[in-house]
Amino acid sequence: MEPSLARYIWTHTKKQQVWILMIVLLSMIPYFMSFDLPKLIVNGPIQGKGFEQPGTTLPFMRLHYNLPFIGEVQFFSGFQLDRTATLFALSLVFLLLVIINGLFKLYINTYKGRLGERMLRRLRFDLVDRVLRFPPIYFKRVKSAEVATMVKDEVEPLGGFIGDAFLQPVLLGGQALTAMLFIMIQNVWLGMIAVVIVAIQIVLIPRMRRRLIVLGRQRQLTARALSGRVGEIVDGIGAVHVHDTSNYERADIAARLGLIFKIRFDLYQWKFMVKFLNNFLAQLTPFLFYMIGGYLAIQGRLDVGQLVAVIGAYKDLPGPMKELIDWDQDRQDVQVKYQQVVEQFTVEGLIAPEIGALTIDDPDPMANPLSAVNLSIADDGGAMLLNRISLQIKPGETVALVSTATGGAEALAEAFARLNWPDSGRVASGADDLLELPEAVTGRRMSYASSDVFLFQASLRDNLLYGLKHAPLTSVPYDGAAADQRRWNIDEARRSGNPDVDIHSDWINYASAGATGPHDLFEAVRRVLDAVVLSRDILDLGLRSSADITRHTELVGRIVELRAALRTRLEHEGLSGVVVPFEPGAYNKEATIGQNLLFGAAAGSELADKALAANPYFASVLRQAGLDLTLYEMGMEIAKQAIELFADLPPDHQFFQQLAFMSPDEIPAYETLLQRLKNRPHEAVSETDRAMIITLSFAYIEPRHRFGLLSDELMSKIVAARNQFYENLPPELQNAVERYDPAKYIAAATVMDNVLFGRVGNNHPDAPDRIRSIVYDILDELGLYAELLDVGLDFNVGSGGRRLTGGQRQKLDVARALLKRPDFLILNRPLSALDQRMQDTVLRNVLETARCDGHSPAIVWVVTNPAMAMMFDRVIVFDAGQLVEDGTHETLLAGNGIFKELLS
Amino acid sequence: MLLKDEVGMLQRIPLFTGIESSKLKLLAFTSDRVSYSAGQILFRQGDEGDAAYVILSGSADILVDSDSGPIKVAEMVPNSIVGEIAILCNSSRTATVRAATPLEALRIRKDHFLRLMREYPEMTIEILRVLADRLSHTTADLIDARSAK
Repeated sequence: MEPSLARYIWTHTKKQQVWILMIVLLSMIPYFMSFDLPKLIVNGPIQGKGFEQPGTTLPFMRLHYNLPFIGEVQFFSGFQLDRTATLFALSLVFLLLVIINGLFKLYINTYKGRLGERMLRRLRFDLVDRVLRFPPIYFKRVKSAEVATMVKDEVEPLGGFIGDAFLQPVLLGGQALTAMLFIMIQNVWLGMIAVVIVAIQIVLIPRMRRRLIVLGRQRQLTARALSGRVGEIVDGIGAVHVHDTSNYERADIAARLGLIFKIRFDLYQWKFMVKFLNNFLAQLTPFLFYMIGGYLAIQGRLDVGQLVAVIGAYKDLPGPMKELIDWDQDRQDVQVKYQQVVEQFTVEGLIAPEIGALTIDDPDPMANPLSAVNLSIADDGGAMLLNRISLQIKPGETVALVSTATGGAEALAEAFARLNWPDSGRVASGADDLLELPEAVTGRRMSYASSDVFLFQASLRDNLLYGLKHAPLTSVPYDGAAADQRRWNIDEARRSGNPDVDIHSDWINYASAGATGPHDLFEAVRRVLDAVVLSRDILDLGLRSSADITRHTELVGRIVELRAALRTRLEHEGLSGVVVPFEPGAYNKEATIGQNLLFGAAAGSELADKALAANPYFASVLRQAGLDLTLYEMGMEIAKQAIELFADLPPDHQFFQQLAFMSPDEIPAYETLLQRLKNRPHEAVSETDRAMIITLSFAYIEPRHRFGLLSDELMSKIVAARNQFYENLPPELQNAVERYDPAKYIAAATVMDNVLFGRVGNNHPDAPDRIRSIVYDILDELGLYAELLDVGLDFNVGSGGRRLTGGQRQKLDVARALLKRPDFLILNRPLSALDQRMQDTVLRNVLETARCDGHSPAIVWVVTNPAMAMMFDRVIVFDAGQLVEDGTHETLLAGNGIFKELLS
Repeated sequence: MLLKDEVGMLQRIPLFTGIESSKLKLLAFTSDRVSYSAGQILFRQGDEGDAAYVILSGSADILVDSDSGPIKVAEMVPNSIVGEIAILCNSSRTATVRAATPLEALRIRKDHFLRLMREYPEMTIEILRVLADRLSHTTADLIDARSAK
């Protein structure tokens, strides 16, 4: 990148800078004209110069020039105006000039603002583009948060400056010079005074500001380090808590903030000091004008109009001067910032732009063998990971890389994936150096998965398909306002040197996954998910999430069929008693009283959980149904029992898991409430207390809690109350609850709850597992398996994929590598988080799946356990950075080498 | 059957006779009431032991695998406890338990059971007594079996 900011700006904005300069120069004409006017107005119509005789008229707007050789030429003889009319006319001209000057300013400011923003966009893009092209080693040394803060915050002030970079000195310099010249014309001596003071300002102020720049640089570096540390704390929060080092982190942050405070305070002190001096100098000049100019006027050596004009002109001098000095300060400041950022982004061995160039068409398969030639790789400390290794992987071959602890097989896998660059020797595909092949080839024809997985904070689906998004493959048709917006996007992107490819295009390369479009991609997805044994996990996620009813229309539409199939199947398996279905006219004994009353899924906060009993409408329904007293007494009984059972236990006792009514920390509150309400008539109890007690009854399930509180009469009353509740549901609660309807899908409930549409009996300990596998069977039979998997694929994996387990993340990474159907599949201890049995299963599946439908990629697998090598065509053994054995499993087993040793 | 009836039944089990009724109520409350139809398996030999069962009604057969198929070694009737060995020894189940008739039982989870033992030494001693009793029976059976050869 350009080391000099001025040159960077000039290279990219020459034309615009020249244009705006011309506009600025043009704007000088009315600006200068507006200086002369006050003198004309005061001396002419106000003081009466030229209007000595009453009734005198003078020409206005007479255009006449003295041309050489021709003499005086008059273009327009002007209007004859008297004194008052001239005053009005000149004043109006003054107003006109004010407007013209204002309009010029508006245009110039808008123009340069836009220019600045475009350049900022370009600069930020350039920076991120560089991040995408940094060599891998760079990322071992930088903190991601520091890079982010450089791109986002540190270059931000540059945007404001870029528009002013060349304009401001010209504009302000021009203004200052104009004002100065005008003062000079009026009176040389007064002009000299102004010149001297300005000279002092120009010399002194930047000198004082030098310290500001030093402080500014320190501020930038400390702030960047701070954001790096904050990022580190967030990423390493586990380590912080595990080691009780949160106070160490607090101390570190406090120390950094202290330093930043000190630097910033120093900056303020200096800034205001300089400001004070600058203001003082600016005010010194008018003092001298009044004193000396006044003295000259008294002496009669200066006319009053001249003095007024000088003072008037001077009024316009300190502004531009001050701004000019500010501009210079800004210039130095942003130059420093720019240099600091550019320094960080200037890295040796940047990946050439051609390597990552956008390529729409798929490259030819990599038919040449992959080889390492005299390959040596050292780690950051200089220790050799691989020492002059030469080997060749033929297309279609499956190779296990077995390695002792210091073997270096992982480094070789990373070298094949271009994540670790050779120190000497090379990795090659046929005759081509692998590092010189475009990513369009290596990224599509090869894939790589390792134990170190990175997932983006997006849905499972997005993460799985991420490896297929190489280029925009469709052009999205836009019309109306969207088309205008798209045109504008393209235009602006080009002006800022950004690419104009459409992010909303379909980037998924279906062909690469062996599909033809979105409709049959699922088959490929299912195949790879089955291969890595992840489908079941995703189905479970799907069952526990609520489906998007606009997308999963089939599931929603066939819910009745699904529920019926489940009933039939349960009956068939003799499990019909296990699930008690929700029936609009019946009490469901396995559900809580609250669920039986509401008989729907709460979709908002108004009727959810603890808010239900306190809801005024709900309370009124209970009153009308004659349930309020019963449920209150029931709540009192539950409170009594619960406190009797649990009051003596410490709050962390595991028995509390069984107590559904209240949490351990609520027990004391209920204890005092119980004392207070004992023997008090129901009518005398306040609404809040009543709600607190009634809430307890809502969690009660007779077969589970067995307090013997539920009678047939109570059950029928509850069913009646349920109907009453829905009959008069006020409009504001219409959207707060979705009533259970056997013929309808409940959007607010999970898929599992929707299919079950009932409650699993509490006295069947193994029922939930059995029912779940039955549900999977039924979904498969009805062809809804895909739909459920799709619901599961909507699951957001969280920041860095942390909502998945380590094993699930690794499986997903392998699935992603497999989905591409590469020619070379490099797997670097990809399943280290799984137990050996699962690793073996996935290994077997992957070898099989990779070779389906006539495709036969080469597979290079760095195995975690030498026993896994049995399943490969060829085994290569590494020890101490050397290739020590290479052959088939049988030959190595027959020999007496390290491999045999490792196996035993 | 309500919680208070269960407490009554627990009191009749020798293991729990020494424990005050409020604690038995807590044990009953934190246990799961489970029901099985005839022929259903409570747990299988070799499974991991995660709970003990107190039979409330019905009866269950204790089956041990042998070369000639499962052999019934005992029958459990109401008020008896089954499955406590595996949760005490952290071992897998030593026998299969199958409901002989429709069965109601109280399922006491392993961690709850162990917690109770830690908190109530009188219960622990009672359990030791029962186990020692069983051991002496087994020893006597073994002597009989040996001498019969």
